[in-house]
Amino acid sequence: MKARNPLDLTGKICLVTGATRGIGFASSRLFAEQGAQVILVGRDVGKLERNVDDINRAIEGGPLASSLVCDIADDAAVKVLFQTVFKEYKKLDVLLANAGVLEDALLGMVTRSQIERVFAINTFGLLYCAQYASRLMARTGGGSIINVSSIIGSNGNVGQSVYGGSKAAVLGITKSLAKELASSKIRVNAIAPGFIDTAMTQNLPQEKYVERLKSIALGRIGASDDVAHAALFLASDLSTYITGQCIGVDGGMLI
Amino acid sequence: MNNHEKLVNCFTGALGIPSNLVIDTLGYNNIAQWDSVAHMALVTELESAFDVMLDTDEILAMSTVLDTREILVKHGITF
Repeated sequence: MKARNPLDLTGKICLVTGATRGIGFASSRLFAEQGAQVILVGRDVGKLERNVDDINRAIEGGPLASSLVCDIADDAAVKVLFQTVFKEYKKLDVLLANAGVLEDALLGMVTRSQIERVFAINTFGLLYCAQYASRLMARTGGGSIINVSSIIGSNGNVGQSVYGGSKAAVLGITKSLAKELASSKIRVNAIAPGFIDTAMTQNLPQEKYVERLKSIALGRIGASDDVAHAALFLASDLSTYITGQCIGVDGGMLI
Repeated sequence: MNNHEKLVNCFTGALGIPSNLVIDTLGYNNIAQWDSVAHMALVTELESAFDVMLDTDEILAMSTVLDTREILVKHGITF
């Protein structure tokens, strides 16, 4: 008898924000490999289409991935996004709220526009998505919301008060929503990536890069797939009794 | 079941009240049973029963049975 694959996402509709690159794309691909119908969301239509093509070429026999363009910082656009999901799919099982921006500045050089931009995407946009996603999930008996926070949100770092604040807020949102949405059988968890090899971290000066690397117990920079694996666990039936938690995917990084 | 009956069922199910209390003037927070938690349960019941998706402004504006019916009418539901 063939054992059931506990990571199987067949029949599930999964929406991934920030899916144009890095963690969002890696997670979208992994979800699709596990049989999910994946909706990739981002701002760059060209990149989204390329990513959807890549996934659909690689996955044979599964449901076709699709994409929707949305700036999640725009609450009106988020409303349209989820109305479209409702019209086309009638349900949602998994939300991976991954879209985010990283902008560093020492406190004295932080501008109001920077604060607004970072919080608009990393925090407010995530809340807008949870608001609509939870309603789609509630009507079909539950689901899993996975919020991408950061090690900077829990530990803080020099020059990252704005980014760290926006990601710390994600942890508070996650724990509050886990309690609020439990009665609707919606699980809400977070992932806190450490130093991950993505476009966000590739612009780091060499000396900073080496310094960060030395702070990682496992001795290597993380890959987007490392984070995607945690996302898959939280999306799957393996985590059906887990809510309100944050999984650090940081290789034992110390900040 | 007609749409009026469906609407009444949504209220009785979400608020745990008898159907005779579901009248147009029944309002949010007018009775103990219609609190914020029940309100969100009501939203889920309505969305499932009428196959619609309400937006946040509509959820906040849904403060009486009459308001609720009028919002559903905007979504093409007839009573």
